Amino acid sequence: MTAPVWQRRTPARQYAIWLGWFLGVMLFLLCFKIISDNTIWEFLTDAHVQAASLIGRMVPPDWSITGSLMLPLWDTINIATVGTALGVLIAFPLAFLAARNTTPHPALRAFALGIIVSSRSINALIWAILLVTMIGPGLLAGMIAIALRSIGFVGKLLYEAIEEIQPTPVEAITSTGAGRMQVLAFSVLPQIMPAFAGITVYRWDINIRESTTLGLVGAGGIGLQMNAAINNLAWGQVATVFVLIFGTVIVSEWVSAKVRHAVI
Amino acid sequence: MLDLKGLTKRYATGDLALDNVDLTVPAGQVLALIGPSGAGKSTLIRCVNRLVEPTSGTIKLDGDDITKVRGNRLRQARRQIGMIFQNYALVERLSVMENVLSGRLAYVGFWRSYFRKFPQSDIAQAFRILERVGLETMIDKRGDALSGGQKQRVGIARALMQNPKLLLVDEPTASLDPKTSRQIMRLICELCTEQNLATIINIHDVALAQQFVHRVVGLRAGAIVYDGPPEGLTPEILTTIYGEEDWTTTHKDSDDEEKSDKKDVEAALLGGHP
Repeated sequence: MTAPVWQRRTPARQYAIWLGWFLGVMLFLLCFKIISDNTIWEFLTDAHVQAASLIGRMVPPDWSITGSLMLPLWDTINIATVGTALGVLIAFPLAFLAARNTTPHPALRAFALGIIVSSRSINALIWAILLVTMIGPGLLAGMIAIALRSIGFVGKLLYEAIEEIQPTPVEAITSTGAGRMQVLAFSVLPQIMPAFAGITVYRWDINIRESTTLGLVGAGGIGLQMNAAINNLAWGQVATVFVLIFGTVIVSEWVSAKVRHAVI
Repeated sequence: MLDLKGLTKRYATGDLALDNVDLTVPAGQVLALIGPSGAGKSTLIRCVNRLVEPTSGTIKLDGDDITKVRGNRLRQARRQIGMIFQNYALVERLSVMENVLSGRLAYVGFWRSYFRKFPQSDIAQAFRILERVGLETMIDKRGDALSGGQKQRVGIARALMQNPKLLLVDEPTASLDPKTSRQIMRLICELCTEQNLATIINIHDVALAQQFVHRVVGLRAGAIVYDGPPEGLTPEILTTIYGEEDWTTTHKDSDDEEKSDKKDVEAALLGGHP
């Protein structure tokens, strides 16, 4: 009598998995060949020399322009902050319309999901290009671009948080005879507050970084100065901008960590 | 007080959870609803406050037909019916006081409740009830900082804040240890007698039910198969309700409990009852 045999998968299934891996590797090699044929490898041979030269030109940073960068940096932070606030203001009610357990009507749910998806599918930089064309260059275009992109991000994460709440407190508050809005305020809202605070500061954090690039297309902020410096090949000034952005991002990371910690 | 006629619930899946149930509960009576899992106990009490919509039949509360009411009239019916849950169903991130005051939501407007500006009489009542259930020192604790027994006391206080005529209690002790279970059952039954509430308690623990309630209704597959005093639960009846099992051990235990009930300390020491 032979010992009973146990295998995780049937042999057919096992071969299918091997075949899947084989085809995947083949596809990768094919893609690699196409990219390789379109690359001028000669340029890569001195890439390290070019990189070293670029970094050489960036060091030391040109600190003399720091003072004149303070206002654009402040603008950048304002674009991110006002943009986030505006986006969250619109995303908050949308999330309640989009969540399966709080939506008043399936048609409204589809409408809210539509807005969330279209907002998410367009990058902030592209929103900014569209808005600069429509309302002209400046801070306002940047703020609205950031807001439009944030609606989808905050709306999606928030409606998912709403769908994941515990249903029993909702049942309990409903059974007291509370009205629809009271049920939301007393049983749904307290449960999503930590997620809401976390999502908002996380998006603000991302928006600080995104708003530094908006100046490239004329939507205000420090990106404008960076673009000018790059065009003038003033690499020392570019390095100064990098250092300032880096410092700002570190501070925003610290602030969001504090906020997340405070609201649990 | 509560009058159910021909109450039937068929879920969208086709399962018949309640099959033509007639039940009348007078004010001041504590009724235990027993039966195996899936017999329709939860569905029955959720039909009464319309968390579940009955398929047919009528629900009358003090003579008012509440089977089909909607909107404001449904809210007014619900606020007369307190409900206590198996898993406490507290809003864990709100304080004890906020949880208790949420029992008054149907009596105050949205903005007043949103800014927690409840009328002074409600706050005074909340303090009184919290003292009655023994939580007067816990008022500003958050829901998630409490033990199971304390959470259930908050759940009871929230239900009482509604000034209900009827109390629906769904497995109040299923998540509690035996000692706390007894304390909670005793508290619920005392409060019902004090305030002359009609009460339906869903409960799995037959011995515990027998010890505290006035009347037992046995439900099997959505239909009432027993309706009588707790002493009437013979092994034959229990077999009708739950199916074949050796019931003699349960009865021996419940006899022990009846004796020890006279002495609280002994009851507390009796750890492992069925």
